[in-house]
Amino acid sequence: MNTGLFRLVASRIAIAILTLAFVSAAVFIGTEILPGDVAEAVLGQNATPEAVAGLRQVLHLDQPAYIRYFRWLGGLLSGDPGRSLVNDLPVAGLIASRLPNSLILASVTAVVCVPIALVLGITSAIWRGSFYDRAASFLTMSVVAVPEFLIATLLVIVFAVNLRWFPALSFAAGIVSLDQFFRLFALPVFTLSCVMIAQMMRMTRAAVIDTLRSSYVEMAVLKGARPMRVVLTHALPNAIGPIANAVALSLSHLLGGAIIVEIIFNYPGLARLLVDAVSTRDMPLVQACVMIFCLAYLFLVMIADIAGILSNPRLRHR
Amino acid sequence: MPDNKVLKLEMPGNEVFRLNGAFPRGASRREVMNFLLAAGVSISAAGTFAGTAQAETPRRGGRIRVACNQNSSGESLDPARSFTANDWSRVTMFYNTLTRIDENLTPQLELAEDISSTERATVWNIKLRRDVRFHDGSPLTAADVVYSLQRHKDAAVRSGARVLVEPMVEITETGAHEVRIRLSGPDVGLPSTLGVLNTAIVKAGTTDFRTANGTGPYKCREFEPGVRSIAVRNEEYFKSGKPFLDEIEVIGITDEPARVNALLAGDVHFVALINARSAQRIKSAPNAKLFETQAGAFHSLAISRDHAPGANSDFVLSVKHMLNREQIRRAVYRNYAIMGNDQPVPPSSAFYDPSLPQRPYDLDKARFHLRRSGFANQTLPIFVSPAAANSEEIAQILQQTGREVGVTFNLQRIPADSYWSNTWMKQPIFFGSNSPKASVDISLSFWFHSRSPYNESAFRNERFDALLINARAEADINKRNEMYSEMQRIIHESSGTCIPVFYTFLDAHVSNLKGLRPIPTGSMMGWNYAENIWLEQ
Repeated sequence: MNTGLFRLVASRIAIAILTLAFVSAAVFIGTEILPGDVAEAVLGQNATPEAVAGLRQVLHLDQPAYIRYFRWLGGLLSGDPGRSLVNDLPVAGLIASRLPNSLILASVTAVVCVPIALVLGITSAIWRGSFYDRAASFLTMSVVAVPEFLIATLLVIVFAVNLRWFPALSFAAGIVSLDQFFRLFALPVFTLSCVMIAQMMRMTRAAVIDTLRSSYVEMAVLKGARPMRVVLTHALPNAIGPIANAVALSLSHLLGGAIIVEIIFNYPGLARLLVDAVSTRDMPLVQACVMIFCLAYLFLVMIADIAGILSNPRLRHR
Repeated sequence: MPDNKVLKLEMPGNEVFRLNGAFPRGASRREVMNFLLAAGVSISAAGTFAGTAQAETPRRGGRIRVACNQNSSGESLDPARSFTANDWSRVTMFYNTLTRIDENLTPQLELAEDISSTERATVWNIKLRRDVRFHDGSPLTAADVVYSLQRHKDAAVRSGARVLVEPMVEITETGAHEVRIRLSGPDVGLPSTLGVLNTAIVKAGTTDFRTANGTGPYKCREFEPGVRSIAVRNEEYFKSGKPFLDEIEVIGITDEPARVNALLAGDVHFVALINARSAQRIKSAPNAKLFETQAGAFHSLAISRDHAPGANSDFVLSVKHMLNREQIRRAVYRNYAIMGNDQPVPPSSAFYDPSLPQRPYDLDKARFHLRRSGFANQTLPIFVSPAAANSEEIAQILQQTGREVGVTFNLQRIPADSYWSNTWMKQPIFFGSNSPKASVDISLSFWFHSRSPYNESAFRNERFDALLINARAEADINKRNEMYSEMQRIIHESSGTCIPVFYTFLDAHVSNLKGLRPIPTGSMMGWNYAENIWLEQ
């Protein structure tokens, strides 16, 4: 069993690496297609043909694309994603200053969202069709329909500008107390949670309903097991795989998809760094950011799959 | 004006203007007038300035957070490569220029102790102050100035001041604290050029700009591009008593409503460039104030004279008559703008020519010129972008008028990130965004000289080019005035640049932030707020 599991995990990791290689090429081609290049973006209105030519040469942009691609890939494999074309700082340093912020925001949101979403999803699946289920569905659907920027802006106007309970901006630096931590993260986490919880809850509910409809649950019910026992010991273990995947998919959105929240609350996260890098055509930075997002996504999905396999004996012995 | 330093312009016939030190001594009316005349500033401006000069006493101490309007990992501590509001803020905190442009657009001595010229303003001698130290403790010397100016010529530095430094054919050290600059031709405006923030003085040999080693009022404690910077008071600053604040944190908030909310929530104390739509919200808030700067900035509608339809003078004139400037001012800028007249010198400038008739919104004339141009009943694209703010709104108003006159304008919206490189100056009709410059000479040279890379409408006029060069050499203020009047007339009549309005820069700050005075080289006191502001208790 252990070697089988090991082989399973190893093959998943191999697939992840292949996917990463593919993504790196895709991103490279994508950034090549973007109109304008870093020389023109950096110089902006000051971009005279002479200045652009000079800058392109300095930045090695006059070399063919494949040479730049392999040079960058080699650097990445040896742990050096290169230097920013825009401000000449090491990309690793730029990312190192932002990644922890994104991870903190993602973790705090996950800690808040996952339990709430799971409880809501499982309970509305158990009591599906009830008033509780319909109320929860109605609420989550309406929250999903409201764009994040609107939620964030409303929260800021009510809780920061008018009531002054929380700050309008969230800086990750300089947190000294738990109270401060709570105040800084309250509004961004609330904004992110609205959409997160709704998504996760819907997917969890669907997964649990699916297992509750299966024949072995029916058998358990016929054998006279109590509802609580049916759900906890018969249905849930089989639903862990799909639930874990639902959670992973939602969470993977937190790293790169928090862009609106990062902009409105001025939170120095990775998503803003990426958007910024795209607008300045800073290719090494774009690629490094996208690779990190891809890595995080693959990692989460892989964990979810492994969790599903471990929780389900049938998958484990296949 | 902390010291009695003298800025001399040595002119033919041994005429010497003394430009400085008048106000702190309690200047006489005559002195003020001479000062301003020499500097080319109107008398009415002098009245307002002298009146507010000593209104309040600054208080020392305190910490503020400033939010600029951009936020980019491309931010830099290198003055040469400063391009955004955040960068400009930091240049004035950490560095000094040789001169400083004041509220009347007059150059005042800063790191220079004396600037004088010979050979009809072709050779300039600059004496440096001897009491200035860099943040690392080393004294300011001529070598630092030579290095700082010389490096703009290196293409690899990618300096924004390259065009300005190019006429300096020789920059030499003539003593430990003396520098000589030889220009390719006479230019009485060199002291203004030396006040452009890109030319700020760095330590000789500096190539690493991860931190700032300047002579400025604040030292750099932290700098993370795209996140924030923290500046702490430089106790050894050469201007005694300054700066007033202990610490300034600079951040960037790109989203305008977020910037305004942050101010109203008390998270930041000073925000740059707010939208005219938010002005009312700021004004009605009990703890915030609006700070207006009328600096002559404009969003231009450029019609290239190189291509059809702009190559046809009648077409250009037709569009100029189609611009409903009053409506643009009211609807697009909420009255935070003044009327433009298709020439770049704003009424606040000493060289503004009031005798040039205002071009009216005149549909009959527009129709007449359009018919003569042969472009009636055609469809023409206009390129707009968020990169050139308000361009879409202005173009929509023009589109309406076009329908009435008999031409269809088709709005092509281009995303901001590729606009300057792929669309601007590459299409027949497009919008530009023009920030104020340190002097009339610099703005005219940048935007209208035949060979300037920023000549948006491909405007070529030999008479204009000659006047521009001659005005640089002209010491007689009246003669210069005449030349600038003629240049304005030429641009007004024949360039393809339409200037509907000059808009007002709007910043906002908490009510107890004091010391702000508009300096028309940019918003936030021409970005030079750091050493001038203080917090009232």
